[in-house]
Amino acid sequence: MKRIAGIAVLLFVVMLITTLIDTTFIKGYNIMNIMRWTGLFGILSLGEAFPVMTAGIDLSVGSISGLIGALSANFIRMRGMPIAPALIICFGLAVLMGFVHGLLVTKIRMQPFVVTLCGLFIYRGMARFTMQDITQGYGNAFVGLKFLAHGRVPSAFWPAGQAPKFIQDWSLPMPFLIIVIVGIILAIFLNRTIYGRYILALGRNERAARFSGINTDRMTIVAYMISSTCAGLAGILFSLDLNTVQPSTAGNMYELYAIAGCVVGGVSLKGGEGNILGVIIGTAIVRVLYNAINILGIATTLEFGVVGMVILIGVGADEVIKSLTARRRIAEVRSAHGSGGAASSGTT
Amino acid sequence: MAENEGSSLLEMRGITKYFPGAKALDHVDFELNRGEILAVIGENGAGKSTLVKVLGGIHLPEMGAIRLNGQDVVIDSVQAATKLGISFVHQELNLSDNLDIATNVFLGREPREKKFLRLIDRKKLYRDTEEILQHIDMNYSPRLLVHDLTIGGQQMIEIAKALSIKAQILIMDEPTSSLSRGETEQLFKVIQELKLQGVSIIYISHRLGEVKEVADRVMVLRDGRVSGHLGKEEISHERMVKLMVGRDIEKFYHHEHEVSKKPVFEVRDFIVPEHPKERINFTVHAGEIVVLAGLVGAGRTELAHALFGIVKPLGGQILLDDRPIVINSPQDAMKAGIILVPEDRKLHGLIMEMAVETNITLASLDRYQKMKMIQFEEVRTVANEMVQKLDVRLRSIDQLVESLSGGNQQKVVLAKWLCLNPRVLLLDEPTRGIDVVAKEEIYRLMERLASQGVAILVISSEMLEVLGIADRILVMHDGSISGQLSKEQFSEEAVVHLATGGK
Repeated sequence: MKRIAGIAVLLFVVMLITTLIDTTFIKGYNIMNIMRWTGLFGILSLGEAFPVMTAGIDLSVGSISGLIGALSANFIRMRGMPIAPALIICFGLAVLMGFVHGLLVTKIRMQPFVVTLCGLFIYRGMARFTMQDITQGYGNAFVGLKFLAHGRVPSAFWPAGQAPKFIQDWSLPMPFLIIVIVGIILAIFLNRTIYGRYILALGRNERAARFSGINTDRMTIVAYMISSTCAGLAGILFSLDLNTVQPSTAGNMYELYAIAGCVVGGVSLKGGEGNILGVIIGTAIVRVLYNAINILGIATTLEFGVVGMVILIGVGADEVIKSLTARRRIAEVRSAHGSGGAASSGTT
Repeated sequence: MAENEGSSLLEMRGITKYFPGAKALDHVDFELNRGEILAVIGENGAGKSTLVKVLGGIHLPEMGAIRLNGQDVVIDSVQAATKLGISFVHQELNLSDNLDIATNVFLGREPREKKFLRLIDRKKLYRDTEEILQHIDMNYSPRLLVHDLTIGGQQMIEIAKALSIKAQILIMDEPTSSLSRGETEQLFKVIQELKLQGVSIIYISHRLGEVKEVADRVMVLRDGRVSGHLGKEEISHERMVKLMVGRDIEKFYHHEHEVSKKPVFEVRDFIVPEHPKERINFTVHAGEIVVLAGLVGAGRTELAHALFGIVKPLGGQILLDDRPIVINSPQDAMKAGIILVPEDRKLHGLIMEMAVETNITLASLDRYQKMKMIQFEEVRTVANEMVQKLDVRLRSIDQLVESLSGGNQQKVVLAKWLCLNPRVLLLDEPTRGIDVVAKEEIYRLMERLASQGVAILVISSEMLEVLGIADRILVMHDGSISGQLSKEQFSEEAVVHLATGGK
């Protein structure tokens, strides 16, 4: 909980500084935009968090979202498939990819980095080959479907343009609502079900989890399936949002944003540690930074540099604070001087 | 180096060290003479390791002074300690097993050529290593990979490493914890030789029998303070225990349970993958404590892992209550009521960075769920109950397991498995590296379970324990069961005879 408070403060500070320099930052339109992007990228980060919690990693989420996004546009527009079966096929494929990653990691004992790195290449290749590098999109139709990416609630309940101005300005973008729903589902899964606990346990000490009778292979596979499914969902939403999917570039580097969101959000790459709200806030921090760079007129060529520096400082500060608290605890014992100092520190 | 005849080589005064949440050392004084073997003993958490880590430059004390050869010294790093001739053999092996012996022995201190690139002087490296190895009676090539040595052999490499800096003080933290009897004896021979050469040795051990055998003097720590010293003639088991726990332990073992004639757990023609040529047969009856004795590496742990479904056996049958059962995974074993409490609690038993509550209920979590949702109240109740039942000493069940002492960690491991109410209990070295009091508690717990009719198979390498707790002893040698001893046949000689391959 302390950790979440910490990153929430970091988010607040970044927002405050940006606002102080330029107030356009907190205009309703801008904030809604950030929330929309947080929703889209956050879904990727939430999925990514699960393999990372098993002490693995998923580098394929960017390519998966590119491929699934391209396929969904292709099925629905080019091939004229009905929406429901098209989406079912897309999700089915995404789930299958995660399942295969999980199988390779657990049964063949391949390293997650290698498996998903190959996924990164393979799915990109598949997207480019099957689409023949032709840009996909939904054209001007499918307004209902696009509502998932562009829609805003509750202003959508009024006829177009008739909602009061306040509601017009502050209606929440659909991707944000979607990430809230996905976040709640995953938070229940992680914190309330036995499976969530199993994933955290095996991420910290796989052998101990196995000796405890946990089917560690199955739980690891589930983690990769969550990741690829989220990537598929994000891919479809991205394609609807942009309405153009370039098979060669859509989703490029998104896996790194996803990992960045996790890391800032307190998911340890060591495994066994992480929480959903933290990941969402972590993603928001990265998105706010991008937005701030734009608004403040910092050269966009510096983008990556700034994002990298802020993540470095944020995560570094976290470690420093941790060692400071440890030192403070020692000081407390010293002032207590001997009284009740029998609690062993486990160092013998 | 100035020889100060009569005065001690090393003096530590008022050493005080804090850890987060605890005072580990409280004004500890001690001295060490040249060529002396000083044993430091105490319960887990008494501060033994912390004390020698201060001397070895791993921990910096908050207070206290160290004098070496009559001069004040500051030991603020391992390098500083090394420079002063203080060398440390750790409890855990710190070797790179992918590299050869010589590279390990001189790691970080490789002899260099005089030429301008200052490359490693390989000739000198191997020659010097060979010399040191001969010194400790090890006839291995310095080019052998550490990976290919036994655990005992690797331990000797650690000692070679310590000697390579021409140590005047050698600290050994539980050096025999993973050695067989033969290896231990070889180690003692080396220790005596080093003593003759004027090396002083600080020897930390839980094994009081060994302490008696090897030490010139014993210092006992309790709760971070020195609770007493014993001279050579005064060293006895009872006296050491008394100083360690501050009271007498009258009786270690109580045999009150009834062994029934009813076979509960029967293993027939069982083949463990590590020893494919051996067939293993044995039976454990209801309420019986069978000890599986043998040397380290005899295949006992591997057998236990195969019985629990961690590795698949190559053949054979397991019968529970005369009915054959199939075990392909730990889940199968647990469903049948067979559980294994693994040997290595850090590696297999616990998730150190998680809460006590999470650890205790991890194996049985499936029982406290509705629609796969954890029933948190039930989980907490069970965890608290087990903590009370096993008398685990802690502040709260939300505490991380790593912050507990070794004995209490071991109790958490047991608590985790006993939640499952097993019918057959496999215990792999359940008292390794824990203090006398915790040991006694664990023996009592085993008694209680046996009297409830649980069939218990214990792997143990400690002779006192083997002879003390068993209703029957099975001895393993090289992957097969080399013999069986019933109560009236129990003797140390008989066990050793069978364990070393005697017929």
